[in-house]
Amino acid sequence: MTRTRLATLAIAASAAAVAFTARNAGGQVSAATVQAPLTAAAESTLDAHTREVASQLRCPVCQGLSLQDSPSELSQQMRDVVRQQLAAGRTPAEVRAYFVGRYGEWILMAPEAHGFNWVVYLLPVVVLGAGAWVLVYALRRWTANGTPSPADVGTPSGGVGTSP
Amino acid sequence: MKWKIAVAAAVLAVPAVALLGFGLTRDPGAIPSPLPGRMAPEFALPAFTSGSPTPMHPDSVPHVDTVRLAALRGDVVVLNFYASWCLACRDEHLVLQRVASRYVGTDVHFAGILYNDIVASALDWLKEMGPLPYPSLEDRGSRAAIDYGLYGVPETFIIGRDGRVVLKHVGPVTDSMLVSQIERLRAAAPPASARAGAP
Repeated sequence: MTRTRLATLAIAASAAAVAFTARNAGGQVSAATVQAPLTAAAESTLDAHTREVASQLRCPVCQGLSLQDSPSELSQQMRDVVRQQLAAGRTPAEVRAYFVGRYGEWILMAPEAHGFNWVVYLLPVVVLGAGAWVLVYALRRWTANGTPSPADVGTPSGGVGTSP
Repeated sequence: MKWKIAVAAAVLAVPAVALLGFGLTRDPGAIPSPLPGRMAPEFALPAFTSGSPTPMHPDSVPHVDTVRLAALRGDVVVLNFYASWCLACRDEHLVLQRVASRYVGTDVHFAGILYNDIVASALDWLKEMGPLPYPSLEDRGSRAAIDYGLYGVPETFIIGRDGRVVLKHVGPVTDSMLVSQIERLRAAAPPASARAGAP
């Protein structure tokens, strides 16, 4: 008992240590991208971050396309702005906040989960639940109608009543 | 039993229909701007036409070729984003010409910002349509346009004496709208710190 507990503790501690060092290393890498001239590796991480942020932002002149997926001139220019701001050391969250400040929350491909927006996330779950309830209710009624009448038992059409 | 089902159906259907009905009243192409009420994004853009023989503003004399929004703080500013390829911009051109010429030399400043266009085409277009009595600015990479949350042309921003965006207008402007907004803002007292705060 105590042995397994110790083992899990040790595993948790080492996992935390690994996570901590990884995070520090990540911090150093992002600091390097800001200060030093861009190396090929830093360039590719910047490109990856740009792609990530651009795919979370909506193209203002398209129908339902992200900046990343849109070939329009404005989207190209907005991707440039994203890249420039990331290169200047802004975090992806700060870049998103900049665009929300200029275009409103409309610019986000996925609405932020707060206030009225919760409807978007909760309504499907609620409707699904209601649908399941209706289904269960209806099935019960159908089966309840099927079982009690003794005439149904044994007839080939009364599938519910002929369980072995 | 039947009435229960009817009530349940109504409870579900009424909000759904109301939501869809509300959706019909909204323009899916319009992007509601968060800018009105906020400070207008600063810009310093090179002018490719000066607009008038006299400088726009005494403060901007050393920078006639660059128009800086900060230099116009304390006055009313009308920013018009336009392009030579934009048909609706043709519709509002005469309106802008007419209204802006009324305010030349006053505390109301106009500026046109070219959006995703070539300066040469814009100059040709101005030659064809008639010159504007205010400077036209070049916005490389659409940085200012993105700062203002632009998604099409023409779009017009009216900025008050305190440097805050008062109104964003999408589509061609009209005489009455422009003049009424400008006069309302001119009537407002200039903020005490406006001139001192401007660099």
